[in-house]
Amino acid sequence: MSSILPPLLVAIPLGAAFLIPILARRLGRLADALGNLATFALLVIAVLVFPARGVYQIGGWNPPIGISWVLDGLSNLMLVVVNLVSCAATLFSIPYMEQYTSKHKYYSLFLLMVAGMNGVALTGDLFNLFVFLEIASIASYALVAFGGRHEELEASFKYLVLGSIGSSLVLFGIAFAYAATGYLNMAAISTAITGRQSSPVLILAAVFFLVGFGIKAAVVPFHPWLPDAHPSAPAPISAMLSGVLIKALGVYALSRVLFNVIGVTPIIGAVLIAVGVLSMVVGVFLAVGQWDFKRLLAYHSISQMGYVVLGIGLGGYILARGGARSAAALAMLGGVFHLANHSVFKSLLFLCSGSIEFATGTRQLKEMGGLRERMPLTRTTCTIASLSIAGVPPFNGFWSKLIIIIAAIQAGFAWLAAITILVSLVTLISFLKVLRYAFLGPLPEALKEVREAPALMSISMVMLAVLCAVMGLLLVPAVRELVLDPAVAALSQGMEYARGALAGF
Amino acid sequence: MKGMSVIVKTVTRWIKVFIFLYGVYIVITGHLTPGGGFAGGVIIACSYILLTLAYGKEFALQRLSPRTTAGLDSGGALLFLVAALYGIGYGGIFFVNFLQKRYPGRAFQLASAGIIPICNIAIGLKVGASLFLVFIILSVLRITKEKDGKQSMVKRWPEGKEEE
Amino acid sequence: MVYTLCFALFLVGLYCVLTKKNTVKIVVGLGIMEYATNLFLVLLGYRKNGVAPILDKTTNPLEFLARAVDPIPQALVLTAIVIGLGVTSMAIALCIRLYEKYGTFDVSEIRRLKE
Repeated sequence: MSSILPPLLVAIPLGAAFLIPILARRLGRLADALGNLATFALLVIAVLVFPARGVYQIGGWNPPIGISWVLDGLSNLMLVVVNLVSCAATLFSIPYMEQYTSKHKYYSLFLLMVAGMNGVALTGDLFNLFVFLEIASIASYALVAFGGRHEELEASFKYLVLGSIGSSLVLFGIAFAYAATGYLNMAAISTAITGRQSSPVLILAAVFFLVGFGIKAAVVPFHPWLPDAHPSAPAPISAMLSGVLIKALGVYALSRVLFNVIGVTPIIGAVLIAVGVLSMVVGVFLAVGQWDFKRLLAYHSISQMGYVVLGIGLGGYILARGGARSAAALAMLGGVFHLANHSVFKSLLFLCSGSIEFATGTRQLKEMGGLRERMPLTRTTCTIASLSIAGVPPFNGFWSKLIIIIAAIQAGFAWLAAITILVSLVTLISFLKVLRYAFLGPLPEALKEVREAPALMSISMVMLAVLCAVMGLLLVPAVRELVLDPAVAALSQGMEYARGALAGF
Repeated sequence: MKGMSVIVKTVTRWIKVFIFLYGVYIVITGHLTPGGGFAGGVIIACSYILLTLAYGKEFALQRLSPRTTAGLDSGGALLFLVAALYGIGYGGIFFVNFLQKRYPGRAFQLASAGIIPICNIAIGLKVGASLFLVFIILSVLRITKEKDGKQSMVKRWPEGKEEE
Repeated sequence: MVYTLCFALFLVGLYCVLTKKNTVKIVVGLGIMEYATNLFLVLLGYRKNGVAPILDKTTNPLEFLARAVDPIPQALVLTAIVIGLGVTSMAIALCIRLYEKYGTFDVSEIRRLKE
């Protein structure tokens, strides 16, 4: 059974993306139905594939000639997260996208983006990674510009230019890796590299990958496209972009390549930690002063991605220095757990902002107020999400931030822990501002007639909010061994990934 | 976009078939000689673009309407996907070259290399249709003001007819 | 060395993207960057006195293997060129729409998004 399922994760969204324009040109309802059916099927398949480990050879050709798709703990976790958020976002789009025409094009592009992200999560071959990365990126450039208004076009152009620079750098890095070893298969490259001395070609490759995937992940020196692109997109697309795209294409690809292919050295670990801290601090301080709800959320995305990069970088640094494996595993657990958590609560926040925009027509916090009576469901879910991102127990954000703080202290970097706590406090302040302006306070005249969001939008928001509340349970030891530990093991085994991948597990 | 002079129109009338045929040749013998789906598809699209440039939008759009082109585009991609998925039924593996395993042709013949010519044809269809569609949309489509509060793209066909 | 020249071409493209004010020129710079990367990839497969990696009935397999240029980078570049085509067409479509909305191709005037 599980030998048929992995290709379906890419084949189903591709097939649906090309069927929808043919079948549903005039009937928006059919496009809705097909799109939601596709993402729901993907979610089911991702959950079914979750316990499987193995290598899938495309076309039956063996490595290193053939392309292999590798299923290990980290990729399966990414698959579940990506498909979960896309399922919620398509459910949300059914009423939300009535404001725009050409629904069939929307679903087609959306499914292409999901196909690209699933491919990035599954693949075990560098060039295949590049192809799927580009599929997802190009679909997202088009989706950001979907509404055709001024801001959207401008934001999409900026995003396109910066994203293409990032992709070219990734291709350059792949070229260097090929020049150094003569293989494209990730496992083959890492077996060819182990034991060799570090040559300048490999260092250059690592630098190019860091910068290229860093642009995709919007970490701090490379973040300018994010605050323009994420607010301008339609709300479910913002949820997808902020929730999964920057993770699957950015952090996941970066950690896969750096940990399993090139191998983390202390310098790389230190660079990751520095970039993570910088992103956290810059993101949150730029976010506090914002009055546009979605722009504020976009800056917070930068800051939270800093947490994830910090956790993973700290783990890599400890491993590379030969430190205690348990301390490294703890740091990486925090990073990976925060990645999953952030996907859930950030997409919920963007969906809430979309629901508010749908009802009131505005994104500026100063024009909202007193929505607590008119939109109770949105208010509850938004409060849950805000408390999660600020790190208030018992929601999921608290647990992952706590783990990162404890790991930093255990590794001897108490100053890192102090910065992390400070950034969490500023995040809390920022979201208290959001809650106060959006929901508490007097109801302005213009908003006296707003109604609660339509049922389908509320269902997807409630689904994500429930997940926010219970994901803290993922740390219970029995569940953790099932879900999170394999992901951490996949990262921390580093170059031994190759042994498993070449042998077929 | 009006057409061009009589000289261009006459030459186009004679040459466009050969360009199209050349593109089809490159697609079909993609597994024997350099080329394949992408290059052949670009040449096929170029023959239609030449038609559009020489005769003007109206004439070219009558020959190949955007809806047909979009249908061909999606059809090509779906053909590729079906060919890839069919391998699952055969050997349980995605994208396996099942035709080569079942009916191996002799090397260097036209009907050999299993699934590859089918994929080439599908890609040629898709690339050709996509490029022509991109060209038509960039030169024909204009955005209008909002109508009922919705932004929409309105195609202004040359006869003055407007369509969403 | 040829590879340094490729990298120099990449930097020329990057310079063009960073400093030019016309959106179409920025797209051209993006194209130059992509082609520099593709060129680098193809040149990686070069072998002295090599022949093109095309088999036909008359080639001798052993001698072919010893002399043929590496075909993998060529396959990679084929795909990368098509991806570049997709990005360029998307970028040009955006330039045209931006011109219709803002009335100008100048990037410094297309700044309605607050910093």
